[in-house]
Amino acid sequence: MIRPSFSPNPWTDLTTMWSYPYLRNALLAGSIVAVIASSVGWMMVQRRQSFLGHTLAVVSFPGACLALLFTLPASIGYYGATLIAALIARQSSDAQVADDRRSNATVGTVQAVALAIGLLVISHSSSFLTSTTSLLFGSFLGITTGEVLLLAVVGLVTGAAFIAIARPLLLATFDATEARAMGIPVDTLNVMFVVLLALVVAATSQITGALLVFALLVMPGATAQTLTPKVWRGCAISVALGLLTIWLGIGCSFFLPRLPLGFCVTSVGFTAYVIAQVVVTVRSRPHVQGALA
Amino acid sequence: MTAFLTTSLFAPFMINAFIAGTAIALITGAVGSLLVLRVELFTADALSHVAFTGAMAALLLGLATGLGLLIACIGGAVVLALLGRSIGRSDAAIGTFFAWILGLGTLLLSLASTSSVGATGTSSLTVLFGSLFSLSTTSTWLTVLGAALGLLALGVILRPLIFSSIDGSVAQARGVPVLGLSIAFAVIVGGATALSIQAVGALLFVGLVAAPAGAAMRLTANPFSATALSMGLSVAAVWTGLLTALMVPSVPPSSAIILVAAAFFAIAKLSETVVTRHAA
Repeated sequence: MIRPSFSPNPWTDLTTMWSYPYLRNALLAGSIVAVIASSVGWMMVQRRQSFLGHTLAVVSFPGACLALLFTLPASIGYYGATLIAALIARQSSDAQVADDRRSNATVGTVQAVALAIGLLVISHSSSFLTSTTSLLFGSFLGITTGEVLLLAVVGLVTGAAFIAIARPLLLATFDATEARAMGIPVDTLNVMFVVLLALVVAATSQITGALLVFALLVMPGATAQTLTPKVWRGCAISVALGLLTIWLGIGCSFFLPRLPLGFCVTSVGFTAYVIAQVVVTVRSRPHVQGALA
Repeated sequence: MTAFLTTSLFAPFMINAFIAGTAIALITGAVGSLLVLRVELFTADALSHVAFTGAMAALLLGLATGLGLLIACIGGAVVLALLGRSIGRSDAAIGTFFAWILGLGTLLLSLASTSSVGATGTSSLTVLFGSLFSLSTTSTWLTVLGAALGLLALGVILRPLIFSSIDGSVAQARGVPVLGLSIAFAVIVGGATALSIQAVGALLFVGLVAAPAGAAMRLTANPFSATALSMGLSVAAVWTGLLTALMVPSVPPSSAIILVAAAFFAIAKLSETVVTRHAA
Protein backbone atom coordinates (compact mmCIF):
# COMPACT_ATOMS: atom_id res chain seq x y z
CA MET A 1 0.00 0.00 0.00
CA ILE A 2 1.38 3.42 -0.93
CA ARG A 3 1.08 5.81 1.93
CA PRO A 4 0.70 9.48 0.95
CA SER A 5 3.07 11.88 2.63
CA PHE A 6 2.07 14.36 5.27
CA SER A 7 1.30 17.89 4.13
CA PRO A 8 1.36 21.01 6.30
CA ASN A 9 -2.23 21.75 5.33
CA PRO A 10 -4.53 19.88 7.76
CA TRP A 11 -7.44 20.01 5.29
CA THR A 12 -5.41 18.21 2.60
CA ASP A 13 -4.44 15.60 5.19
CA LEU A 14 -8.03 15.08 6.20
CA THR A 15 -9.23 14.66 2.60
CA THR A 16 -6.34 12.28 1.94
CA MET A 17 -7.35 10.15 4.93
CA TRP A 18 -11.02 10.36 3.96
CA SER A 19 -10.27 8.89 0.52
CA TYR A 20 -9.36 5.54 2.12
CA PRO A 21 -12.59 3.65 2.92
CA TYR A 22 -11.08 1.73 5.85
CA LEU A 23 -9.82 4.98 7.36
CA ARG A 24 -13.17 6.68 6.79
CA ASN A 25 -14.83 3.94 8.85
CA ALA A 26 -12.09 4.23 11.48
CA LEU A 27 -12.64 7.99 11.76
CA LEU A 28 -16.43 7.61 11.96
CA ALA A 29 -16.29 4.81 14.53
CA GLY A 30 -13.61 6.66 16.44
CA SER A 31 -15.72 9.81 16.58
CA ILE A 32 -18.77 7.98 17.95
CA VAL A 33 -16.62 6.17 20.49
CA ALA A 34 -14.88 9.41 21.49
CA VAL A 35 -18.17 11.23 22.14
CA ILE A 36 -19.76 8.54 24.33
CA ALA A 37 -16.55 7.55 26.13
CA SER A 38 -15.46 11.07 26.96
CA SER A 39 -18.89 12.21 28.19
CA VAL A 40 -19.53 9.13 30.35
CA GLY A 41 -15.84 9.16 31.31
CA TRP A 42 -16.14 12.76 32.45
CA MET A 43 -18.94 11.67 34.81
CA MET A 44 -16.76 8.76 35.94
CA VAL A 45 -14.02 11.22 36.87
CA GLN A 46 -16.50 13.39 38.78
CA ARG A 47 -17.63 10.32 40.71
CA ARG A 48 -14.03 9.17 41.33
CA GLN A 49 -14.76 5.77 39.83
CA SER A 50 -11.68 5.45 37.62
CA PHE A 51 -10.74 2.13 39.22
CA LEU A 52 -14.19 0.73 38.44
CA GLY A 53 -13.97 2.10 34.88
CA HIS A 54 -10.60 0.51 34.36
CA THR A 55 -11.82 -2.80 35.78
CA LEU A 56 -14.76 -2.86 33.34
CA ALA A 57 -12.35 -2.12 30.50
CA VAL A 58 -10.15 -5.03 31.57
CA VAL A 59 -13.10 -7.40 32.00
CA SER A 60 -14.13 -7.01 28.36
CA PHE A 61 -10.99 -8.95 27.32
CA PRO A 62 -11.85 -12.30 28.99
CA GLY A 63 -15.45 -11.74 27.87
CA ALA A 64 -14.31 -11.66 24.26
CA CYS A 65 -12.02 -14.67 24.82
CA LEU A 66 -14.87 -16.75 26.30
CA ALA A 67 -17.24 -15.82 23.48
CA LEU A 68 -14.65 -16.83 20.88
CA LEU A 69 -14.10 -20.12 22.72
CA PHE A 70 -17.80 -20.97 22.44
CA THR A 71 -17.86 -19.62 18.86
CA LEU A 72 -20.31 -16.91 19.83
CA PRO A 73 -20.08 -13.40 18.39
CA ALA A 74 -17.44 -11.43 20.30
CA SER A 75 -19.94 -8.65 21.01
CA ILE A 76 -21.97 -10.99 23.27
CA GLY A 77 -18.80 -11.57 25.26
CA TYR A 78 -18.00 -7.86 25.49
CA TYR A 79 -21.46 -6.78 26.64
CA GLY A 80 -22.13 -9.82 28.85
CA ALA A 81 -18.84 -9.64 30.74
CA THR A 82 -18.89 -5.90 31.40
CA LEU A 83 -22.52 -5.96 32.53
CA ILE A 84 -21.97 -8.88 34.95
CA ALA A 85 -18.83 -7.25 36.35
CA ALA A 86 -20.60 -3.91 36.71
CA LEU A 87 -23.40 -5.43 38.76
CA ILE A 88 -20.96 -7.29 41.04
CA ALA A 89 -18.59 -4.38 41.55
CA ARG A 90 -21.04 -1.47 41.67
CA GLN A 91 -20.18 1.14 44.18
CA SER A 92 -22.38 3.39 46.21
CA SER A 93 -21.60 7.04 45.60
CA ASP A 94 -22.22 8.19 49.16
CA ALA A 95 -20.04 5.49 50.68
CA GLN A 96 -18.32 6.09 53.99
CA VAL A 97 -14.54 5.60 54.11
CA ALA A 98 -14.93 2.05 55.44
CA ASP A 99 -17.24 1.23 52.54
CA ASP A 100 -14.69 2.70 50.16
CA ARG A 101 -12.18 0.17 51.46
CA ARG A 102 -14.67 -2.62 50.88
CA SER A 103 -15.60 -1.63 47.33
CA ASN A 104 -11.94 -0.95 46.49
CA ALA A 105 -11.09 -4.56 47.38
CA THR A 106 -14.17 -5.93 45.58
CA VAL A 107 -13.35 -4.06 42.37
CA GLY A 108 -9.76 -5.30 42.45
CA THR A 109 -10.86 -8.90 43.01
CA VAL A 110 -13.42 -8.79 40.18
CA GLN A 111 -10.73 -7.51 37.82
CA ALA A 112 -8.27 -10.24 38.79
CA VAL A 113 -10.86 -13.04 38.51
CA ALA A 114 -11.81 -11.88 35.04
CA LEU A 115 -8.18 -11.87 33.95
CA ALA A 116 -7.53 -15.26 35.52
CA ILE A 117 -10.43 -16.68 33.48
CA GLY A 118 -9.08 -14.92 30.38
CA LEU A 119 -5.67 -16.52 30.87
CA LEU A 120 -7.33 -19.90 31.43
CA VAL A 121 -9.17 -19.57 28.12
CA ILE A 122 -6.20 -18.43 26.03
CA SER A 123 -3.96 -21.11 27.52
CA HIS A 124 -6.46 -23.72 26.35
CA SER A 125 -6.43 -22.58 22.81
CA SER A 126 -3.06 -21.60 21.42
CA SER A 127 -4.70 -20.11 18.33
CA PHE A 128 -5.80 -17.21 20.51
CA LEU A 129 -2.20 -16.28 21.14
CA THR A 130 -2.09 -14.34 17.90
CA SER A 131 -5.36 -12.57 18.54
CA THR A 132 -4.54 -11.81 22.20
CA THR A 133 -2.45 -8.80 21.28
CA SER A 134 -5.24 -7.40 19.11
CA LEU A 135 -7.88 -8.10 21.79
CA LEU A 136 -5.75 -6.25 24.33
CA PHE A 137 -4.27 -3.45 22.28
CA GLY A 138 -6.85 -3.18 19.53
CA SER A 139 -6.63 -1.85 16.02
CA PHE A 140 -8.90 0.49 14.17
CA LEU A 141 -8.32 -1.32 10.91
CA GLY A 142 -10.93 -3.52 9.31
CA ILE A 143 -14.02 -1.85 10.74
CA THR A 144 -16.97 -2.56 8.44
CA THR A 145 -19.72 -0.09 7.58
CA GLY A 146 -22.19 -2.37 9.35
CA GLU A 147 -20.17 -2.09 12.56
CA VAL A 148 -20.15 1.68 12.25
CA LEU A 149 -23.95 1.69 11.93
CA LEU A 150 -24.35 -0.61 14.95
CA LEU A 151 -22.02 1.63 16.91
CA ALA A 152 -24.06 4.67 15.90
CA VAL A 153 -27.22 3.03 17.30
CA VAL A 154 -25.46 2.14 20.57
CA GLY A 155 -24.07 5.66 20.70
CA LEU A 156 -27.51 7.21 20.29
CA VAL A 157 -29.06 4.99 22.98
CA THR A 158 -26.29 5.50 25.54
CA GLY A 159 -26.07 9.21 24.73
CA ALA A 160 -29.81 9.65 25.31
CA ALA A 161 -29.64 7.66 28.55
CA PHE A 162 -26.69 9.75 29.72
CA ILE A 163 -28.49 13.04 29.03
CA ALA A 164 -31.61 11.73 30.79
CA ILE A 165 -29.84 10.83 34.05
CA ALA A 166 -26.95 13.34 34.05
CA ARG A 167 -28.56 16.11 36.11
CA PRO A 168 -29.96 14.06 39.03
CA LEU A 169 -26.86 11.86 38.94
CA LEU A 170 -24.57 14.85 39.47
CA LEU A 171 -26.63 15.94 42.45
CA ALA A 172 -26.51 12.41 43.84
CA THR A 173 -22.73 12.43 43.30
CA PHE A 174 -21.97 15.70 45.04
CA ASP A 175 -24.57 15.59 47.82
CA ALA A 176 -26.35 12.28 48.25
CA THR A 177 -28.16 13.33 51.42
CA GLU A 178 -29.60 16.42 49.77
CA ALA A 179 -30.53 14.40 46.69
CA ARG A 180 -32.36 11.81 48.82
CA ALA A 181 -34.21 14.59 50.64
CA MET A 182 -35.35 15.88 47.25
CA GLY A 183 -36.76 12.46 46.41
CA ILE A 184 -34.09 11.49 43.88
CA PRO A 185 -33.63 7.68 43.77
CA VAL A 186 -29.89 7.82 44.52
CA ASP A 187 -29.22 4.07 44.66
CA THR A 188 -31.11 3.37 41.43
CA LEU A 189 -29.17 6.14 39.69
CA ASN A 190 -25.87 4.70 40.92
CA VAL A 191 -26.72 1.31 39.44
CA MET A 192 -27.95 2.92 36.21
CA PHE A 193 -24.68 4.81 35.79
CA VAL A 194 -22.58 1.69 36.34
CA VAL A 195 -24.67 -0.18 33.73
CA LEU A 196 -24.27 2.76 31.32
CA LEU A 197 -20.51 2.75 31.92
CA ALA A 198 -20.45 -0.99 31.19
CA LEU A 199 -22.37 -0.53 27.90
CA VAL A 200 -20.06 2.25 26.76
CA VAL A 201 -16.97 0.24 27.68
CA ALA A 202 -18.26 -2.80 25.78
CA ALA A 203 -19.09 -0.74 22.68
CA THR A 204 -15.75 1.06 22.79
CA SER A 205 -13.49 -1.89 23.51
CA GLN A 206 -14.77 -3.74 20.43
CA ILE A 207 -13.21 -0.95 18.39
CA THR A 208 -10.19 0.09 20.40
CA GLY A 209 -9.15 -3.06 22.28
CA ALA A 210 -9.47 -3.52 26.02
CA LEU A 211 -6.47 -1.48 27.07
CA LEU A 212 -7.17 1.71 25.09
CA VAL A 213 -10.78 2.14 26.28
CA PHE A 214 -9.64 3.36 29.62
CA ALA A 215 -7.48 6.09 28.07
CA LEU A 216 -10.53 7.42 26.20
CA LEU A 217 -12.61 7.30 29.38
CA VAL A 218 -10.24 8.98 31.78
CA MET A 219 -7.96 11.36 29.85
CA PRO A 220 -10.45 13.88 28.42
CA GLY A 221 -12.42 13.92 31.69
CA ALA A 222 -9.32 14.45 33.81
CA THR A 223 -8.12 17.27 31.54
CA ALA A 224 -11.53 18.96 31.52
CA GLN A 225 -11.71 18.74 35.29
CA THR A 226 -8.33 20.44 35.55
CA LEU A 227 -9.44 23.25 33.24
CA THR A 228 -12.79 24.13 34.75
CA PRO A 229 -14.77 23.43 37.90
CA LYS A 230 -17.97 24.25 36.00
CA VAL A 231 -20.14 21.24 35.33
CA TRP A 232 -21.60 21.43 31.83
CA ARG A 233 -18.67 23.35 30.39
CA GLY A 234 -16.43 20.59 31.74
CA CYS A 235 -18.51 17.94 30.00
CA ALA A 236 -18.40 19.86 26.70
CA ILE A 237 -14.62 20.35 26.95
CA SER A 238 -14.24 16.64 27.68
CA VAL A 239 -16.17 15.65 24.54
CA ALA A 240 -14.21 18.14 22.40
CA LEU A 241 -10.93 16.81 23.78
CA GLY A 242 -12.05 13.23 23.20
CA LEU A 243 -12.74 13.94 19.52
CA LEU A 244 -9.46 15.84 19.12
CA THR A 245 -7.54 13.00 20.76
CA ILE A 246 -9.01 10.36 18.46
CA TRP A 247 -8.60 12.40 15.26
CA LEU A 248 -5.04 13.47 16.00
CA GLY A 249 -4.23 9.96 17.23
CA ILE A 250 -5.55 8.24 14.10
CA GLY A 251 -3.91 10.86 11.87
CA CYS A 252 -0.58 10.54 13.64
CA SER A 253 -0.54 6.76 13.39
CA PHE A 254 -1.62 6.98 9.70
CA PHE A 255 1.17 9.31 8.63
CA LEU A 256 3.80 7.77 10.93
CA PRO A 257 3.07 4.04 10.47
CA ARG A 258 5.84 2.98 12.83
CA LEU A 259 3.89 4.43 15.74
CA PRO A 260 1.08 2.18 17.01
CA LEU A 261 -2.35 3.73 17.40
CA GLY A 262 -2.45 3.14 21.17
CA PHE A 263 0.71 5.14 21.62
CA CYS A 264 -0.53 8.01 19.42
CA VAL A 265 -3.93 8.31 21.08
CA THR A 266 -2.62 8.13 24.64
CA SER A 267 0.21 10.53 23.85
CA VAL A 268 -2.18 13.16 22.46
CA GLY A 269 -4.42 12.74 25.51
CA PHE A 270 -1.54 12.88 27.95
CA THR A 271 0.00 15.95 26.26
CA ALA A 272 -3.34 17.76 26.59
CA TYR A 273 -3.49 16.82 30.28
CA VAL A 274 0.06 18.01 30.99
CA ILE A 275 -0.54 21.30 29.11
CA ALA A 276 -3.73 21.81 31.11
CA GLN A 277 -1.92 21.20 34.41
CA VAL A 278 0.86 23.61 33.45
CA VAL A 279 -1.56 26.31 32.27
CA VAL A 280 -3.61 26.04 35.44
CA THR A 281 -0.53 26.07 37.66
CA VAL A 282 0.95 29.07 35.86
CA ARG A 283 -2.22 31.09 36.02
CA SER A 284 -2.91 29.64 39.51
CA ARG A 285 -6.56 30.40 39.07
CA PRO A 286 -9.19 27.67 39.00
CA HIS A 287 -11.08 29.27 36.08
CA VAL A 288 -9.02 28.81 32.98
CA GLN A 289 -11.56 28.11 30.32
CA GLY A 290 -11.17 27.18 26.74
CA ALA A 291 -7.38 27.17 26.89
CA LEU A 292 -7.35 23.97 24.91
CA ALA A 293 -10.80 23.45 23.50
CA MET B 1 -1.30 -40.96 40.87
CA THR B 2 0.53 -40.78 44.20
CA ALA B 3 3.80 -41.67 42.53
CA PHE B 4 3.22 -38.96 39.92
CA LEU B 5 2.43 -36.42 42.61
CA THR B 6 5.50 -37.17 44.72
CA THR B 7 7.85 -37.08 41.74
CA SER B 8 6.45 -33.78 40.42
CA LEU B 9 6.04 -32.29 43.87
CA PHE B 10 9.77 -32.66 44.51
CA ALA B 11 10.86 -31.72 41.01
CA PRO B 12 13.25 -28.74 41.11
CA PHE B 13 10.85 -26.42 39.24
CA MET B 14 8.10 -27.21 41.75
CA ILE B 15 10.35 -26.62 44.76
CA ASN B 16 11.41 -23.28 43.25
CA ALA B 17 7.76 -22.39 42.59
CA PHE B 18 6.80 -23.16 46.20
CA ILE B 19 9.74 -21.24 47.73
CA ALA B 20 9.35 -18.15 45.52
CA GLY B 21 5.55 -18.36 45.68
CA THR B 22 5.57 -18.35 49.46
CA ALA B 23 7.94 -15.37 49.63
CA ILE B 24 5.78 -13.45 47.14
CA ALA B 25 2.58 -14.41 48.97
CA LEU B 26 3.93 -13.05 52.27
CA ILE B 27 4.99 -9.68 50.84
CA THR B 28 1.88 -9.18 48.66
CA GLY B 29 -0.40 -10.20 51.53
CA ALA B 30 1.18 -7.60 53.82
CA VAL B 31 1.38 -4.85 51.20
CA GLY B 32 -2.17 -5.61 50.02
CA SER B 33 -3.60 -5.22 53.51
CA LEU B 34 -2.11 -1.72 53.76
CA LEU B 35 -3.19 -0.82 50.22
CA VAL B 36 -6.77 -1.77 51.13
CA LEU B 37 -6.53 0.24 54.35
CA ARG B 38 -5.30 3.28 52.41
CA VAL B 39 -7.87 2.76 49.59
CA GLU B 40 -4.95 2.66 47.15
CA LEU B 41 -5.56 -0.53 45.18
CA PHE B 42 -5.84 1.58 42.04
CA THR B 43 -2.15 2.38 42.54
CA ALA B 44 -1.35 -1.34 42.38
CA ASP B 45 -3.45 -1.59 39.22
CA ALA B 46 -1.48 1.32 37.72
CA LEU B 47 1.88 -0.17 38.74
CA SER B 48 1.18 -3.44 37.01
CA HIS B 49 0.86 -1.48 33.75
CA VAL B 50 4.00 0.51 34.46
CA ALA B 51 5.74 -2.86 34.96
CA PHE B 52 4.76 -3.97 31.45
CA THR B 53 6.35 -0.87 29.92
CA GLY B 54 9.44 -1.26 32.10
CA ALA B 55 9.91 -4.86 31.00
CA MET B 56 9.51 -3.89 27.33
CA ALA B 57 12.07 -1.07 27.76
CA ALA B 58 14.53 -3.50 29.38
CA LEU B 59 14.02 -5.90 26.47
CA LEU B 60 14.78 -3.15 23.93
CA LEU B 61 17.81 -1.85 25.82
CA GLY B 62 19.14 -5.36 26.34
CA LEU B 63 18.91 -5.16 30.13
CA ALA B 64 17.74 -7.95 32.42
CA THR B 65 13.92 -7.99 32.64
CA GLY B 66 14.07 -8.09 36.45
CA LEU B 67 16.15 -4.91 36.56
CA GLY B 68 13.79 -3.10 34.18
CA LEU B 69 10.81 -4.18 36.27
CA LEU B 70 12.43 -3.04 39.51
CA ILE B 71 13.40 0.41 38.19
CA ALA B 72 10.01 1.00 36.50
CA CYS B 73 7.93 -0.21 39.47
CA ILE B 74 9.79 1.68 42.19
CA GLY B 75 10.03 4.84 40.06
CA GLY B 76 6.37 4.55 39.10
CA ALA B 77 5.26 3.97 42.69
CA VAL B 78 7.06 7.09 43.92
CA VAL B 79 5.60 9.20 41.06
CA LEU B 80 2.11 7.89 41.89
CA ALA B 81 2.54 8.63 45.60
CA LEU B 82 3.59 12.20 44.79
CA LEU B 83 0.76 12.61 42.23
CA GLY B 84 -1.73 11.53 44.86
CA ARG B 85 -0.52 14.24 47.21
CA SER B 86 -0.13 17.18 44.86
CA ILE B 87 -3.35 16.69 42.92
CA GLY B 88 -6.43 16.46 45.07
CA ARG B 89 -8.51 14.17 42.88
CA SER B 90 -5.83 11.61 42.46
CA ASP B 91 -7.66 8.71 40.78
CA ALA B 92 -8.10 10.57 37.48
CA ALA B 93 -4.47 11.75 37.57
CA ILE B 94 -3.23 8.21 38.26
CA GLY B 95 -5.44 6.85 35.48
CA THR B 96 -4.23 9.42 32.95
CA PHE B 97 -0.61 8.74 33.87
CA PHE B 98 -0.75 4.96 33.53
CA ALA B 99 -2.92 5.00 30.41
CA TRP B 100 -0.11 6.92 28.74
CA ILE B 101 2.61 4.69 30.20
CA LEU B 102 0.73 1.72 28.72
CA GLY B 103 0.54 3.50 25.36
CA LEU B 104 4.30 3.91 25.57
CA GLY B 105 4.49 0.17 26.30
CA THR B 106 2.63 -0.65 23.08
CA LEU B 107 5.16 1.50 21.17
CA LEU B 108 8.08 -0.35 22.79
CA LEU B 109 6.34 -3.68 22.07
CA SER B 110 5.99 -2.84 18.38
CA LEU B 111 9.59 -1.56 18.22
CA ALA B 112 10.83 -4.74 19.89
CA SER B 113 8.85 -7.00 17.56
CA THR B 114 10.12 -5.24 14.43
CA SER B 115 13.74 -5.19 15.64
CA SER B 116 15.83 -8.35 15.92
CA VAL B 117 15.13 -8.96 19.62
CA GLY B 118 13.02 -11.99 18.76
CA ALA B 119 10.46 -14.02 20.73
CA THR B 120 8.91 -10.71 21.85
CA GLY B 121 5.32 -11.88 21.59
CA THR B 122 5.94 -14.70 24.04
CA SER B 123 7.98 -12.59 26.43
CA SER B 124 5.35 -9.84 26.47
CA LEU B 125 2.72 -12.46 27.34
CA THR B 126 5.01 -13.79 30.09
CA VAL B 127 5.24 -10.32 31.58
CA LEU B 128 1.48 -9.87 31.29
CA PHE B 129 0.49 -13.24 32.77
CA GLY B 130 3.55 -14.59 34.63
CA SER B 131 4.94 -18.07 35.00
CA LEU B 132 5.87 -19.37 38.45
CA PHE B 133 6.74 -22.79 36.99
CA SER B 134 9.67 -21.44 34.96
CA LEU B 135 11.76 -19.77 37.67
CA SER B 136 15.47 -20.58 37.87
CA THR B 137 17.06 -21.36 41.23
CA THR B 138 18.96 -18.04 41.15
CA SER B 139 15.85 -15.96 40.55
CA THR B 140 14.03 -17.97 43.23
CA TRP B 141 16.57 -16.98 45.87
CA LEU B 142 16.70 -13.40 44.59
CA THR B 143 12.91 -13.31 45.05
CA VAL B 144 13.24 -14.62 48.62
CA LEU B 145 15.91 -12.01 49.36
CA GLY B 146 13.80 -9.20 47.90
CA ALA B 147 10.68 -10.29 49.78
CA ALA B 148 12.63 -10.55 53.05
CA LEU B 149 14.03 -7.03 52.59
CA GLY B 150 10.57 -5.68 51.79
CA LEU B 151 8.96 -7.36 54.81
CA LEU B 152 11.74 -6.11 57.08
CA ALA B 153 11.30 -2.52 55.86
CA LEU B 154 7.53 -2.81 56.19
CA GLY B 155 7.91 -4.18 59.75
CA VAL B 156 10.00 -1.15 60.74
CA ILE B 157 7.44 1.42 59.51
CA LEU B 158 4.25 -0.65 60.10
CA ARG B 159 2.99 1.02 63.28
CA PRO B 160 3.29 4.69 62.19
CA LEU B 161 2.18 3.72 58.66
CA ILE B 162 -1.08 2.18 59.92
CA PHE B 163 -1.62 5.21 62.16
CA SER B 164 -1.12 7.68 59.29
CA SER B 165 -3.24 5.53 56.94
CA ILE B 166 -6.21 5.53 59.30
CA ASP B 167 -6.09 9.23 60.16
CA GLY B 168 -3.52 11.24 58.23
CA SER B 169 -4.25 14.65 59.76
CA VAL B 170 -4.09 13.44 63.36
CA ALA B 171 -0.86 11.58 62.61
CA GLN B 172 0.58 14.73 61.01
CA ALA B 173 -0.36 16.77 64.07
CA ARG B 174 1.36 14.25 66.32
CA GLY B 175 4.59 14.70 64.35
CA VAL B 176 4.43 11.49 62.29
CA PRO B 177 6.31 12.11 58.97
CA VAL B 178 3.30 11.27 56.76
CA LEU B 179 4.93 12.20 53.42
CA GLY B 180 8.11 10.29 54.21
CA LEU B 181 6.07 7.24 55.18
CA SER B 182 4.03 7.41 51.95
CA ILE B 183 7.20 7.48 49.87
CA ALA B 184 8.84 4.68 51.86
CA PHE B 185 5.68 2.61 51.46
CA ALA B 186 5.60 3.40 47.73
CA VAL B 187 9.15 2.05 47.36
CA ILE B 188 8.11 -1.17 49.15
CA VAL B 189 4.99 -1.50 46.96
CA GLY B 190 7.10 -0.98 43.83
CA GLY B 191 9.55 -3.66 44.92
CA ALA B 192 6.73 -6.08 45.76
CA THR B 193 5.16 -5.46 42.34
CA ALA B 194 8.41 -6.18 40.52
CA LEU B 195 8.83 -9.45 42.46
CA SER B 196 5.25 -10.60 41.94
CA ILE B 197 5.23 -10.03 38.17
CA GLN B 198 7.26 -13.25 37.89
CA ALA B 199 4.71 -15.15 39.93
CA VAL B 200 1.35 -14.03 38.62
CA GLY B 201 2.18 -11.54 35.88
CA ALA B 202 1.40 -7.87 35.52
CA LEU B 203 -2.30 -8.34 34.80
CA LEU B 204 -3.05 -10.61 37.77
CA PHE B 205 -0.96 -8.78 40.37
CA VAL B 206 -3.97 -6.71 41.49
CA GLY B 207 -5.76 -9.90 42.51
CA LEU B 208 -2.94 -11.08 44.72
CA VAL B 209 -2.95 -7.81 46.65
CA ALA B 210 -6.74 -7.27 46.63
CA ALA B 211 -8.36 -10.65 47.31
CA PRO B 212 -6.55 -11.93 50.46
CA ALA B 213 -6.49 -8.44 51.99
CA GLY B 214 -10.16 -7.86 51.15
CA ALA B 215 -11.06 -11.19 52.75
CA ALA B 216 -8.98 -10.47 55.87
CA MET B 217 -10.53 -7.03 56.25
CA ARG B 218 -13.98 -8.60 56.36
CA LEU B 219 -12.96 -11.10 59.03
CA THR B 220 -11.28 -8.76 61.50
CA ALA B 221 -11.47 -5.03 62.19
CA ASN B 222 -8.00 -4.75 63.75
CA PRO B 223 -5.52 -3.62 61.04
CA PHE B 224 -2.60 -5.57 62.60
CA SER B 225 -4.46 -8.89 62.72
CA ALA B 226 -5.91 -8.14 59.27
CA THR B 227 -2.35 -7.81 57.92
CA ALA B 228 -1.27 -11.10 59.51
CA LEU B 229 -4.43 -12.86 58.31
CA SER B 230 -3.99 -11.46 54.81
CA MET B 231 -0.45 -12.87 54.67
CA GLY B 232 -1.73 -16.26 55.82
CA LEU B 233 -4.57 -16.35 53.28
CA SER B 234 -2.19 -15.27 50.55
CA VAL B 235 0.19 -18.15 51.32
CA ALA B 236 -2.75 -20.58 51.43
CA ALA B 237 -3.95 -19.31 48.03
CA VAL B 238 -0.51 -19.70 46.44
CA TRP B 239 -0.04 -23.24 47.82
CA THR B 240 -3.54 -24.40 46.87
CA GLY B 241 -3.18 -22.76 43.46
CA LEU B 242 0.18 -24.41 42.78
CA LEU B 243 -1.12 -27.86 43.81
CA THR B 244 -4.20 -27.39 41.62
CA ALA B 245 -2.07 -26.41 38.65
CA LEU B 246 0.13 -29.44 39.28
CA MET B 247 -2.80 -31.85 39.37
CA VAL B 248 -4.72 -30.21 36.52
CA PRO B 249 -1.99 -29.35 34.01
CA SER B 250 -4.37 -27.47 31.72
CA VAL B 251 -4.86 -24.78 34.39
CA PRO B 252 -2.06 -22.19 34.42
CA PRO B 253 -0.67 -21.60 37.95
CA SER B 254 -1.41 -17.84 37.84
CA SER B 255 -5.10 -18.47 37.12
CA ALA B 256 -5.34 -21.15 39.81
CA ILE B 257 -3.76 -18.90 42.48
CA ILE B 258 -6.03 -15.96 41.68
CA LEU B 259 -9.19 -18.11 41.55
CA VAL B 260 -8.39 -19.64 44.97
CA ALA B 261 -7.70 -16.18 46.43
CA ALA B 262 -10.99 -14.92 44.98
CA ALA B 263 -12.81 -17.92 46.51
CA PHE B 264 -11.42 -16.91 49.94
CA PHE B 265 -12.69 -13.40 49.30
CA ALA B 266 -16.16 -14.64 48.33
CA ILE B 267 -16.36 -16.90 51.42
CA ALA B 268 -15.29 -14.04 53.70
CA LYS B 269 -17.88 -11.74 52.13
CA LEU B 270 -20.59 -14.37 52.50
CA SER B 271 -19.73 -15.18 56.13
CA GLU B 272 -19.73 -11.49 56.94
CA THR B 273 -23.24 -11.13 55.50
CA VAL B 274 -24.45 -14.15 57.51
CA VAL B 275 -22.87 -12.84 60.74
CA THR B 276 -24.37 -9.37 60.23
CA ARG B 277 -27.82 -10.93 59.69
CA HIS B 278 -27.52 -12.97 62.86
CA ALA B 279 -26.40 -9.95 64.85
CA ALA B 280 -29.30 -7.85 63.57
